Amino acid sequence: MAEKIDQTQVKKVAKLSRLQLTDADVEEFTGQLSAILDYMEKLNELDTTNVEPLAHCLPITNVLREDCVKESLGTEKTLANAPQRDGDFFKVPKILDDSSGA
Amino acid sequence: MQNELLNMNCKELRDQIAAGRIKSVAATETVFQSIEKNEPVLGAYISTLKEEALARAGEIDNKIAAGGSVGKLAGVPIAIKDNMCTTFGATTCASKILENFHSPYNATVVEKLLAADAVIIGKTNMDEFAMGSSTENSGLKKTVNPWDSTRVPGGSSGGSAAAVATRLCFAALGSDTGGSIRQPASFCGVVGLKPTYGRVSRFGLVAYGSSLDQIGPLSKTVADSALMMNVIAGHDPADSTSVDEAIAPVCNYLEKLDEPVEKLKIAIVPQFNAGAENQVQKSIADAIDMYKKLGADIIEINMPHLDYAIAAYYIIATAEASSNLARYDGVHYGHRTENPQDYIEVYSKSRAEAFGKEVKRRIMLGTYALSSGYYDAYYLKALKVRNLIRGDFTSAFEKCDCIIMPVSPTTAFKLGEKINDPLTMYLSDIYTIAANLAGIPAISIPCGFDKDNLPIGLQILAPAFAEEKLLRIARMYEKETDWHTKTPPII
Repeated sequence: MAEKIDQTQVKKVAKLSRLQLTDADVEEFTGQLSAILDYMEKLNELDTTNVEPLAHCLPITNVLREDCVKESLGTEKTLANAPQRDGDFFKVPKILDDSSGA
Repeated sequence: MQNELLNMNCKELRDQIAAGRIKSVAATETVFQSIEKNEPVLGAYISTLKEEALARAGEIDNKIAAGGSVGKLAGVPIAIKDNMCTTFGATTCASKILENFHSPYNATVVEKLLAADAVIIGKTNMDEFAMGSSTENSGLKKTVNPWDSTRVPGGSSGGSAAAVATRLCFAALGSDTGGSIRQPASFCGVVGLKPTYGRVSRFGLVAYGSSLDQIGPLSKTVADSALMMNVIAGHDPADSTSVDEAIAPVCNYLEKLDEPVEKLKIAIVPQFNAGAENQVQKSIADAIDMYKKLGADIIEINMPHLDYAIAAYYIIATAEASSNLARYDGVHYGHRTENPQDYIEVYSKSRAEAFGKEVKRRIMLGTYALSSGYYDAYYLKALKVRNLIRGDFTSAFEKCDCIIMPVSPTTAFKLGEKINDPLTMYLSDIYTIAANLAGIPAISIPCGFDKDNLPIGLQILAPAFAEEKLLRIARMYEKETDWHTKTPPII
């Protein structure tokens, strides 16, 4: 059975989720998520030893289509909502550190 | 005269417009007068599209005047939830992260509405990213319940439900991941249908829980939901989860709507229903008596795993959400933080600044359930329990045509009552969630009022792809009652 979540774990999950939380957020979420996870323990009342996991309920498996060229959105429409662009590119801060020699 | 027009069914209005007796422009103007009068209190719409709507209504009137043939919703003013992409106006999902997002394409349901000559008049308010049961999680505005402005309209499709109840549109589209069409329909006293998973294309619906999300109608009557289904149901090559019509044919849902289902067998789950407020239980019991009077056989069944639906749902839905919402990265579209220190902060600060608390909570919960060391205990376990829940329905439907239960354990609760206690809010979804986990269709129809004159909803659940029968069963009850004709005092 999983442990109840503490502030260190909440901070780790926030990092994995790419959410910069304030200390107040961490405190609030720790209490709320613990209460929710406590409730989830209810699932352990059920024996699921020979039960298959069910990811979706559809009567279909693989969906294939003809491999043919179709029109795409195009550069202008694709970039129209970009918060920052540089010509035909999405603009982001520098990713590689100059000192790494890369 | 104005109310008489606004109270018309979609089909009646469409036929009057198609015959040239009512102008779509006049109907659209009347709706906008109603919006201008009621919106300041109600807050159902995130955006209205008056200019576009009137121009389009004019085009449809001209087409009719020129003798052209028109579609199934010709000239009828329709609202859509703001998580469906439109090339006109913004598509915000009620989130600050998408506040200025303009979609480069239309959702398939929007294309289908337009092809049926509907007039799209606005985008309705909702819980941010459809995460919530009260519409209070909207990052953009507040919607109140039209029956009592101190109460919530339900959620997440609260704007759509409030707009239909208050006659600020003739029908609306919502989306339902764990009850988000049915519960607000119930709280606002209108009809709301969640179709079978895969029946209606989700292309262009902003994703929340992809194995659970489904688009469906909210309307004043069962017939209007049937008509909306005639327009939106069917396979879409752009949505790989929409089901092939060779496997499950689409019906004309209006054709036999008024024909009662012969030898109708209804199941109830007494133990499960006992969790609802007394007044809700009483209304459900009265509805069951009505079905008995109409000749239905009522059987009592046990569905031992329904009690576990909330726990399974809030793991599966949040796990899917944490993955779906990873796309909001501050790079491709949506809000981006000013002056990030590095590229990581583009993600983590943009997301922290623009997502609301409930969205953050669900992303965190889902990330945790999928993270190393917890995946088996939470996510995998929840998927197994989901299978058990579906099994309960499979066995039940061997014995009956449909199952009846409440939509919500209570009527509309007070604004602010549950917003700081997420678990309590989640627990209010007890009756709606199982249909999403099992992928089956379910409808909410008005079945009474409590002592505070707040609407109560009756939920009917049917086997996958049995919408035609489900709508007929709902219509049998509606025909005998007048709950659906009551309008909120705000009008």
